[in-house]
This record gives sequence, C-alpha cells and structure tokens, in this order.
Amino acid sequence: MPRLPVISLAILSAAALAYELLLMRLLSIIFWHHFAYMVIGLSLLGHGFSGSVVMVLQDKLLKYFRQLYIGSILLFSLFSIISFQWAQNIPFNAEEILWDWWQGVYLLIIFLFLSLPFFFVGLAICLAFLHFKRQLSRLYAADLLGAGVGCLVFVLLLYIVFPKSALFYISLSGLLAAVIAVIELGRFRLSFIGMVLIFLAFICWTGWQLNLQISPYKSLPKMLLINGTQVIAEKSSPLGMLSVLVSNQIPLRYVPGMSLSSGSEPLPQLGVFTDADNMSVITSKTDDLMRLDYLDQTTSALPYHLQMAETVLIIGSGSGNDVLQAKINHAGKIDAVELNKQLVELTDIHYLDFVSHVYQQPGVSVHIADGRDFLNTHSQRYDLIKLSLLDSFNASAAGLYALNESYLYTVEALQLYLSRLKLGGYLCITRWLKMPPRDTLKLFNTALTVLDNSSDTNARQQLMLIRSWQTTTLIIKNGIFSSEEIIEAESFTSKRNFDLVYTPEIQPKQVNQYNILTPAVFYQYTQALLSGDRQNFIEQYKFNLQPATDDRPYFQHFFRWSSLPEMIGLLHKGGESLVETGYLIVFVTFCIAILTSTLLILGPLWWLNGFKHIIPSTVKHRHVFVYFSAIGLGFLMIEIAFMQKFILFLHHPVYAIAATLAAFLVFAGLGSACSSNLVQRFGQRLCLRIVIIFIVGLSLGYLLLLPEIFVWGSALSMPIRFFLTICLIAPLAFFMGMPMPLALGRLAKQADYLIPWAWAINSCASVISSVLTVLLAMQFGFSVVILMAVVLYALAIFIFPLPQLTREAH
Amino acid sequence: MYKNINLKDGLLLTVLMLCLNINVQAEENYSMARQEMVRVIEDLVYVTRTHLDKEQLDEKVLQMMAKVLRHEFVPDENKHNAYENRPLSIGYGQTISQPYIVAIMTDLLELKEDSRVLELGTGSGYQAAILSGLVKQVFSIEIVESLGLAAKERLMRLGYDNVTVKVGDGYYGWEEYAPFDAIIVTAAGNHIPPSLSKQLKVGGRMIIPVGSLFMTQQLLLVSKQDDAKLITRQILPVSFVPVTGGH
Repeated sequence: MPRLPVISLAILSAAALAYELLLMRLLSIIFWHHFAYMVIGLSLLGHGFSGSVVMVLQDKLLKYFRQLYIGSILLFSLFSIISFQWAQNIPFNAEEILWDWWQGVYLLIIFLFLSLPFFFVGLAICLAFLHFKRQLSRLYAADLLGAGVGCLVFVLLLYIVFPKSALFYISLSGLLAAVIAVIELGRFRLSFIGMVLIFLAFICWTGWQLNLQISPYKSLPKMLLINGTQVIAEKSSPLGMLSVLVSNQIPLRYVPGMSLSSGSEPLPQLGVFTDADNMSVITSKTDDLMRLDYLDQTTSALPYHLQMAETVLIIGSGSGNDVLQAKINHAGKIDAVELNKQLVELTDIHYLDFVSHVYQQPGVSVHIADGRDFLNTHSQRYDLIKLSLLDSFNASAAGLYALNESYLYTVEALQLYLSRLKLGGYLCITRWLKMPPRDTLKLFNTALTVLDNSSDTNARQQLMLIRSWQTTTLIIKNGIFSSEEIIEAESFTSKRNFDLVYTPEIQPKQVNQYNILTPAVFYQYTQALLSGDRQNFIEQYKFNLQPATDDRPYFQHFFRWSSLPEMIGLLHKGGESLVETGYLIVFVTFCIAILTSTLLILGPLWWLNGFKHIIPSTVKHRHVFVYFSAIGLGFLMIEIAFMQKFILFLHHPVYAIAATLAAFLVFAGLGSACSSNLVQRFGQRLCLRIVIIFIVGLSLGYLLLLPEIFVWGSALSMPIRFFLTICLIAPLAFFMGMPMPLALGRLAKQADYLIPWAWAINSCASVISSVLTVLLAMQFGFSVVILMAVVLYALAIFIFPLPQLTREAH
Repeated sequence: MYKNINLKDGLLLTVLMLCLNINVQAEENYSMARQEMVRVIEDLVYVTRTHLDKEQLDEKVLQMMAKVLRHEFVPDENKHNAYENRPLSIGYGQTISQPYIVAIMTDLLELKEDSRVLELGTGSGYQAAILSGLVKQVFSIEIVESLGLAAKERLMRLGYDNVTVKVGDGYYGWEEYAPFDAIIVTAAGNHIPPSLSKQLKVGGRMIIPVGSLFMTQQLLLVSKQDDAKLITRQILPVSFVPVTGGH
C-alpha cells in the first residue's frame, strides 16, 4: 500500500529551492547578478507549465502515477546539471542586447532550458496532489516545509563548497528523493537499483566535468588572456566568489581615476575579482609611504587636504586601498568596515615575496559589518567618513547596476552618516563619472534633500563637488566650508588637473578648465539643483534624479519612461549608453514571463473549452481564474517586497532571500497544514476572512514598524538577525499559506480536474509577479507594492471559488 | 584545340566561373555595404554636429572608411554584420568598434600625412588599418598575444606595411619611436599612463573611448598644449541633451 510520499516530496522541494538559489549565484558568476530576478520567474514557469500539462493529460498521467512521479524526480536530478550546461553554451551577451535582437531569443532559450528542471519538479508535485487529493494540505505542507529547509541548507552549503560543486550535491539530493519515493510508494524493484546507479554515474561524471563558462566580457576572463596571469586563490560564500589574480609579467597598475599630471607608478598589486568582475587590488606592503603617493592623485583624496583627519571611517573598505590613502595622509585612527569577511582574509595572502597585511597596520581596525549597522551600534564620531567607488566601472557604465538595491546611498543613509560626523567633519562620497550626468546629480540632490530636511543647516555652504574625467567626489561638511578650505580645494584640483564643480564660492570662470565639457553641464545642473527651480529641473531632466530612500533603494535606477522614445530613436546613433541595460533586461524578462505564462494559461483554457461537455454547469471559471491569479500575484509581491526590505537588515541579497524565502515557505507550509483544521472549525468562507484580515493587518503593521525594528536590531549578530527575520515573517507567512489550500480543497470536492489548472494559473501569476514586483518597486517603492498586494488579498474574499457550492449546500 | 574540350572540362570551367562570379558578387556586396556604412556615418555626424563641433568629417577619413575591408577584420560568423554600424565581437572578450566611433576618433586626432601614431590595443587591427592610410607610420601594441599576432599577420597580409605591431605591455608607450603626433588608446585602462602623456608631442592629441565594450559613453580627447599642459575634452558621441526646456 503506497504511503503518502511526504519525505520524497519534501526532499525534492528542498533540492528545487536550493537549485533555484544556486542558479542565482551561478548566473551572477557567468553573466551578471540581475539575472536573479529571472530565476524566480523561470522556476515558477516550470511549475506552471507542469500544471497545465497535468491538467490536459491528467487521466492518462494518473494511470502511471508511480512511474511518472519517480521518473520526474529522476529527471529533475539529471536536468539540474544538463540544463545548466545547455544554458551556459548559449552565446548570450547581456551588453549586446541593444545591438542584436537575437540576444532576446538567446535569453528566451536560456529561460526555457533553466525552466526544465522545475517543470519536472512541478510535474511530480502536481501528480502527487492529484493522486492524493484528500490529503492535499499535508502534501502542500511538505512541499513548502521542504522548500524552506532547502533555503537554509543552501546558505550553509555555499560556505562549504564552491557553487559548481553545490550543483552536483543538489543533483544528488534529487536522486536521493527518487530512492525514497520508491520506498514510500512501495514499488521497490531490484532493477531500480541499476537505474539509480546509472544515474549516479552520469551525475558524477557530468558534475565533476562541469566548468563555469564565464562571459568573456567580464574582467577576470579578459585578464587571464594576458601572458603570465593566473588565479592563485579562490574563496566562495553566499556573498560572492572571490578570485585572486597575479600577473607575473605585466603589473596590474590599478589606480582608478589617477590624475593625468601624476608621475607615480603603483606598487605591486594582486587583483581581487568578485564573481569574475568588479576588480579591486591588494597592494604590496611598503615601509616607505611616499611610494603610495599615487593614491593621493585621485579625487577621493580631497578631504585630507582640506584639514587633517585624525579619525576616519571607511565604509566598504574592500581590499584596503582607502586605508592606505588614509595612512599616507596621516590619519591617526582608521575604522575600516567591510561586509565580506573573506575579502578581508585575502588581504593576508602570501604569494612568493608579496605580502600586504593592510588591515594589520597600526591604527587600523577592521570591522566585518555593514556600514550602517556599524554606525548604528557605535557612537563614535569621525572627522571623515568615506565611501569610494563601490561599483565596477564597466558594469556601472553599461547600466547593469540599475537593479542593485543599495542602502548606502539613500536619504536615510546620508542622514545617519552626517549624524556621526564631528563638528567640521566631512562625508566624502566618490563615484564613477557618467555621461550624461546621472549619479553625481542624484547624489548631489540626495545631499540637498538631507540638508534641507535638517533645520540647522545651510546646504549651499556645506557642499563641495569636484571631478576628473573619470570620477566625481562630493563632500558634505558638518559645518560651513571656510575660505581657507575652498582655497585648498582650488589648489588641490589645479595641481591634479581636476575640475571644481561646486564650492560655496564657485565662479563660472573657475569650472571646466581641465576636463572640458561643452556645455559645462555639471556646473550648470548643480546650479539648477541649488536654485529655487529645483523641482522643475528634476522634472525636466531626462533621467531620474529623485533621491533613493530605504523604501525605494535603487540609487542607480535612472530610467524614465518619458525619455524612452527619444533614447530608442538614438539607438545605433551613439545613444546605447543612455539606456540602462539592467532595467531593460528585467523588462525583457518580464515580457518573456508574460508571453510564456500567458500561453500556458490560454493554451489549456482553449483546450478546455473544447471539452465543455465535461464541465459541470456549477463551475465558475472566472472565480477560479481571478482568485488564483490574485493570490499568486499578491503572495509574490509581499514575499519579494519583504525580501528586498530585509536586505537592509541582513545586508546581502542572498541572506535576505534565503531567510525570507525559508520563512515564507516553512510557515506557509505550516499554515497550509493547519488550514483544514481551521476550516472544520470556522467553515471555509469565515476562515478565509479571518486569514485575509491577518494578512492585511500584519503587512500594514510591518510597513510601519520594520524601520524601527531594523535600527533596534543593528547590534545583533547575523545568526540572531537571521532568526529574528524568520520570527517576523512567520506569522504573516502562516496566514499567507492558507488561501491556496482553502480554495484547492473546495475544488477537490467539486471540480478536482481543475486543480492542475488552478495550480498553473497560480504559478503563472507568480511568474509575472516575480518580475513585475521588481519593476513596480523601482518605480513606486516597496510600500506601494505591499499595499497593492494587500488589495489583491482583500479581493480574494469576494471571489472565493465556486460560490454555488455554498448555495447548493444550503 | 576546341575539339579537345569535352563535357568534363566544360563542367569544371563552368564551376570555376561560377565560383569566381560568386566571389566577385560577394566583393561587390561588401563594397556596396561599405559605401552605405560611410553614408550612415556622414548622416550621424551631421546629426551630432553640435557635440562634435563640426558638420562633417575629414574627407580623407571617410575615404579610408570606404576603403578598408572591415569584413577582413571580423570572425567568419560576423562577416555578414561587418558593415553594420555596430560593435562586433572578435573573440577574446574584445570587440571591433562601431564604425561611427572609429571614424569620429580618427577625425578628432587631426592627423597629417607625416604624423606618427601610437595605438594601444590593436585588437583586430581595424583601427590601425584606418590610420595607416592617413599617416606616415602607425605603432600598435596589443597585450593579448593571440590577438596581437593575429592582427599583425592580418595587417601584413592585407598590405598595411606602415603598421608596426608588437605584443606586450603598453603602459610605458613605445619609447623607441616616441614622441608621437597622436595616440589612440582603444584598450582603455583605469587611468591614463603618465608615459603616454610624456610621449605625446606638444600640439598632439590623444583619444580614448570611455564606456563598456558595446557602449561608448564618451570620447576623451587629450590635447597637449604649448606649455605641456594637458587638457581633456569629454565628447558625447550622440545628439542628446539631458534636460528639456531652458536649463
């Protein structure tokens, strides 16, 4: 007698979720990070398509339930590796998407390949739901619980093995699920052992052969083409894969933005790459600080020349070059804050006679933390707080960071930084210069917003902005700039071929002297921002200059829909860099998601209409469609919005995704398991109303309370924050897990053949929602997205499926 | 004699004629595509004249753009795109630049027939080929050995014998042949090496495309003035004003 396959289903779901998260990491390494949004969508697409297939062929499929259930799990195990291999071999290049429409096709093919493993997972789950429909809530609970556990296991796994090895282990766990399924379903045969061994051998062979085919346009593969270069160390964690490169023949000489008038040459360096890009350098130790003079030849060195900085805080210190810059400028105490512990560890690398030990210098303290957390938990004030060039230049230039949520440049962040400055202290932010101006103006506007919101400030007197041809440096002073400081700035810039953009005493003839722009756009536009016509200017500017906030932390999102027609007209006329590729790729993904998911909904619907005679007249398709769409959209909106919000608390997308996803899935699973008990007690309709009220109340409550909770929790260690995140999400997720099984339970009684279709609708709505949520959040902020989700859930009360059942019962 | 030409010989002759015809046809197609490419460049330059500060490029530059067989500098799989106004991958994570950008950069150098030009980043050799028809001598350095050797062979094969290519480190320029009237840095690094500035003649110009491989954000034109002072001019290669209205 077959048992309910809860264990195999739970393991399968765990493997599938771990695979989903792993794909985000793998795609970040071989392509770019923003493909994470695509992964959520393609996973749900695979599930949705499987639901449609089961709906259309359910009678035939259910006849062979055991074979298909086990076979689907085996195929997931196999295709988890094969699909990735296939996807890697597609010649997709994100940057070429504006030139070659085939790139859109390649992206679609990758999307479909990577959906395949999830199709098999969905097939197994859907068949199990149908076959054991009377115990559907228990299976759904096992599905969600397993997925939740999978998230947590994945985070731990990435600390132990490299991402490509993790793929192998996930595939093996799928094989394990298949073996357990055979035992649970009571169909053990000796021949099955043979099949398992063959699969095992194939997985081992494929898994160990697997090599990551990193895009040749990323900086690490390009560097490796140079004679004498090699990777000498690698480390991996959920925060990224770090690779240390040595160049034995041709020195690296990495000094971004170094002055044209500098005659200095950098010391020996090792390159450090994060996910095969975003290079920084570890600099060789020297006792002669004058040899580091080249670090004083960049715009970011300006604050040290305005006045002596005794205490310095460096946020995002990376491999330590800003620490060295502070040392050569005689800073007495340097607090370096870096989130990635492994990056700090790499600075102690020994290679032949190369040593650095940058963080072991006297007066230097390194703190593994997020910058804002550090400031929230330490009361010390500083003479200087610095943030310098925290993004890769090429990716930044191509607009590939448009989707990067960053809480370091929001209004709230700048307020915090300024509150930790001594009187007369400086906040110094250096960014890559983009043309036409975007980053710089947005940052300037953010600084103005922060200063204007404070009652005892005079924005005009507290700002200073300089630029080279490559970088801009903004200084915000906790106080008013003196004439002496302004003269120092003028001297600093003229000696180094940098240009003043703004000082409190700036004159038009002072600007645009060394790096000439026609017209002097930086000067003109900063003047416009300082004028009384500021809002009008921002409205007329063709890029988004609205300051980022914690509710909408997309600092590098400059896209405005109103500018799109003009930018499209300028494509192939030199205007490609005007379009943010990152945002465009998400939009293309969104279109792919709509196209593929609509086909999967409409296709079976057309098929169904051809079989009208098998549908009882009491069935209300509209209710089913709208209800499952609404909760599908709403669930993902809340899940992703809170996922993004918790990045501020957990500091990195992978931690935030793992914790919130685990919490949502585990507790939604528990909610699902408890739903049948609640139905017995309260009846379906009342139960749904209670559930929706809790969902609405908790969502709105968290909107108001989370910012305070995050500040309060700044002092907590990461494991405790992880736990706290789960505890916060738990009650909300518990109730969010109920609307689906409540309705599925009703369908099971009245129209069970619609279960796969309802599953498909829900999955497809989730696919669309996964990408739509990001687009909405970037435009309107998380709060709006959560409010929209709340409305969708509220709608669910009125469109609960099959109302006729209630009338017939009465 | 004619009695000895049998069917087999006739067939062979026909096939040879066909191949020749196909080859000629292909060359004609490329030639037409090249002319069209130049026309597109001329149109774009006119549209961008405010930013470029000129309404048309030097006629000699356009002639070279019309003359250099760009399809010889791209991989086989990209030959059909060779004359489109877009960058193309040439392997090794590199690209051949958009023709419009190549033309502008070349024009901005204001080359003379006796000029000596240094190029950092040979790549496919296309830019060097364009330069070779305008100046006395081109010196080109490529850091990736495979690319450099391939470009060297290609340039020799195509008859660009005033181009000297070496594989190596371009950070110190090419002191042996310095100073240079113009320098073009197509493999833009994270900063401009001091040696390049020193090896640029007074009155000389250096041009650097800034941005990612497939998207040129701006062109940086460095001029060395009489007092050895360096001035850079940042040129947007697109007709775009970021603000509407009167700002």
